[in-house]
Amino acid sequence: MANTENTKETNRLDDERRVRVLSPGMLVFKRFTRNRLAVLGTIIIVLMFIFSFIGGAISPYEENQVFRTTTMESKAYAGVRENTDFLYTDAPGKELPKLAKTQAILAINNGEESFVSQDVTYNLIKESDEFYRVVEMSPVATVTTLGNVASFSSVDGAEISDAVKEAFSQAQKDGETSFKVEGTDYYISGSGRNVTIAVTQDLCMINKLIFSPYSAETTLDYNFQVAAERAMEHGKTEFTVDGVDYKADIDEKTSSAIFYKVEGGQETEYAMASHFTVNPVSSDVFLSIEFKDRVQEAVKNNESSFVFADANGTEAEYTVERNNNEYTIKTMKEIQVNSNYESPSAAHWLGTDGNGMDILTRLMYGGRISLLIGFLVVILSALIGVVLGGLAGYFGKWLDNLIMRLVDVFNCIPAMPVYLILGSIMDFAKIDPRLRIWLLMVILSVLSWPSIARLTRGQILSLREQEFMVATEATGIRVSKRIFKHLIPNVMPQLIVSCTMSLGSVILMEATLSFLGLGVKFPYASWGNMITAVNDLYVLKTYWFVWIPAGICIVLTVLGFNFIGDGLRDAYDPKMKR
Amino acid sequence: MRKFIIKRLLISIVILFFVGMIAYLLMRCMPADYVEQMARELSQKPGSKSFNEWKEQLYQAYGMDSNIIMGYFTWLGNAVRGNFGDSWSRTGQTVIQVFNSVIWYSFALGAASFILEIVIAIPLGIISAKKQYSKTDYAVTFIALLGISLPSFFLATLLKWIFSVKLGWLDLFGIVGRNHEQLSEFGKILDMGAHMILPVITLTVVSIGSLMRYTRTNMLEVLNSDFIRTARAKGLSEKKVVNYHAFRNTLIPVVTILGGSLPSLFAGAQITETLFQIPGIGYTSYEAIIAGDIPFVMFYIVFIAVLTLLGTLIADILYAVVDPRVRIQ
Repeated sequence: MANTENTKETNRLDDERRVRVLSPGMLVFKRFTRNRLAVLGTIIIVLMFIFSFIGGAISPYEENQVFRTTTMESKAYAGVRENTDFLYTDAPGKELPKLAKTQAILAINNGEESFVSQDVTYNLIKESDEFYRVVEMSPVATVTTLGNVASFSSVDGAEISDAVKEAFSQAQKDGETSFKVEGTDYYISGSGRNVTIAVTQDLCMINKLIFSPYSAETTLDYNFQVAAERAMEHGKTEFTVDGVDYKADIDEKTSSAIFYKVEGGQETEYAMASHFTVNPVSSDVFLSIEFKDRVQEAVKNNESSFVFADANGTEAEYTVERNNNEYTIKTMKEIQVNSNYESPSAAHWLGTDGNGMDILTRLMYGGRISLLIGFLVVILSALIGVVLGGLAGYFGKWLDNLIMRLVDVFNCIPAMPVYLILGSIMDFAKIDPRLRIWLLMVILSVLSWPSIARLTRGQILSLREQEFMVATEATGIRVSKRIFKHLIPNVMPQLIVSCTMSLGSVILMEATLSFLGLGVKFPYASWGNMITAVNDLYVLKTYWFVWIPAGICIVLTVLGFNFIGDGLRDAYDPKMKR
Repeated sequence: MRKFIIKRLLISIVILFFVGMIAYLLMRCMPADYVEQMARELSQKPGSKSFNEWKEQLYQAYGMDSNIIMGYFTWLGNAVRGNFGDSWSRTGQTVIQVFNSVIWYSFALGAASFILEIVIAIPLGIISAKKQYSKTDYAVTFIALLGISLPSFFLATLLKWIFSVKLGWLDLFGIVGRNHEQLSEFGKILDMGAHMILPVITLTVVSIGSLMRYTRTNMLEVLNSDFIRTARAKGLSEKKVVNYHAFRNTLIPVVTILGGSLPSLFAGAQITETLFQIPGIGYTSYEAIIAGDIPFVMFYIVFIAVLTLLGTLIADILYAVVDPRVRIQ
């Protein structure tokens, strides 16, 4: 067709002077560069190569680098409970059966002094309303006091030692109901003139107070707890347990107390008793007594939040949440998380994906894989296609028939189901993702060679009949040389066009398969598997930057190859001359 | 002509035999063994036989106890008699019943996009050829190549994002809306139509490019031929040259290729249907493949192969019908 733009003499391609100067290849190149879309396509592809291969190299991040960030999150730190139930503490080396414990509570509620559980009689000693001891009692003697003289009559006829007698009268004088002689506990039951002395063996204490030690190493023993409880009951500020002196600082109002250990005149904080239990949520945290004290104060005063400085002096704010009788102390804690779906910023130009990886960097690496797969698959399928198509076209007869039927079979098999089946077979075999990329290339090539074979065969069939081929035969050139030197170069233009176009479609196919989770797999990035994130509807609705750039990359690359292919076809085809 | 058709049909049978064999081979390699899974489920029912007993019985029932070659011939023997067996993943239905219940969704989808494709692509292709290398030509070429270059899954996602998420006009998935049952008969049809909009757009945009290019190339070829020059030399108006002489001759290859693609209206679009969850043959076969439903997948692959063979046969016959020059040979 006449073209008004290019009628100037210097530009006319069919001008004789020009034709003499330019080689056929140069002519094609000239025609190609005049096609604006083709040039645009070339620029796109060059840019894509730079983006993928050079960009990946200069990107400061790795393909699989996960970015992590710290965030503050309100986390439960401690739980507080106001104790209104009786708690059991077994004496060392003893264990009161569960049933007996239940019956002890029943006995307490009924005001009984002893109870029977599973044929064993237990005695209950009431120290105060909230403090009982379960003991085994074996009577030693009955004492009849007349005036100031006490007469002891032993139960089993054994003699009562003077020490016991002395301790008894001392206890009577002090108004106490128990005393201790040489490590044995005695209990005085009854009142008035006739009382009974019995040896007691502690089994369990039942109380409502909760003891907590000051330092993590301290374990509070049974005897201390009993003595401390008694001291609180009687308002004694000093007492001795197992040869160690303790001082108590009792707060009557809240019925809590702080105990100090006295060693060589030095007082150290030892333990605390109160009705509140404060337990840390995680087992590796030790709550200091100051903290517990502060928590109790906050709970009592109905504070909703308080500030507390820990041992290092770092202050933190704690919030108190009430739920019936229980309180939860929460604090802001620093935790490390993957920075998922971070919006585009200076550090991450396109944000981060669901695994906290930089999207731009992954786009670059994904481009490498897509381009690599595209080129290798096309080269491989062109090799298979040209060889088989060439054989079929040149030799004809039964070989042609065989190969063409093979092409028909491959043509009839729908590609997508086959990819799906092969993909799930590879999934099942748990093939290494790297090996999988190579297998994917082989599969794609095996399924895409037939069109190239068909094209080559058609071209060769028509070329074979031309005079120059008759000439090669007449001059006796070898068959292999005839095919590769004279036939194939003539097929080349068509082949190049078809290969460029199929580069685009192979990249599309790879992206589709990766999108379906059957192609390139995580941790390797591919444009297709980056878009897979949209299967999560939330991502589709919220994070456009996760999937749109990958889609644009695919479209641009495929478009680039198609522009080039289209331009090449126009350039090669003499009918399309300008 | 008859000889030609008979020869083609005979070759087609051979091709189908091998296509079926390859498909069967692949399916038997599938790890998602449906029979085993079913045996496991059945054996867990109270008072049931052991897993191994069930497995043996089911393998026998499904004809999977023989080796692959024998299994294929068993399948082939039944298939030739039109017995494609029961679908495994959709219990209680034969493959043919499943096929009948889903194929019309695919056909509606295919037909709608086919019509749109013709209506848009052919005029654009002709305009583009008439004004070769003009701005219009570049624009049309650009659109055509863009359509070819768009991955259907990306386009589908993009459409969903724009029309369902951002604008909220259409539903994301499915063929019917939430209150489909409450609608009147006509409303039900409209509801289904509304759900088809996005899949149809996706399919049309993706497939429009090749037909547009094909029309353009052929129109260019015709416009460069001698009889057009003669027509112009006769002094016919450009309108008459293009619309009467050129257009009719362009139609020969275009009609041929369109006729050839008629069978593919039934083929369904696996990816588009799956993404929009349209219960057509594509989506059903996708699910069947995932579930390892051998009878249905075998039927589907052979069905697609038949459609492809039929397509080429129709194209060849049409070529002879439309162009008398071919008939003489």
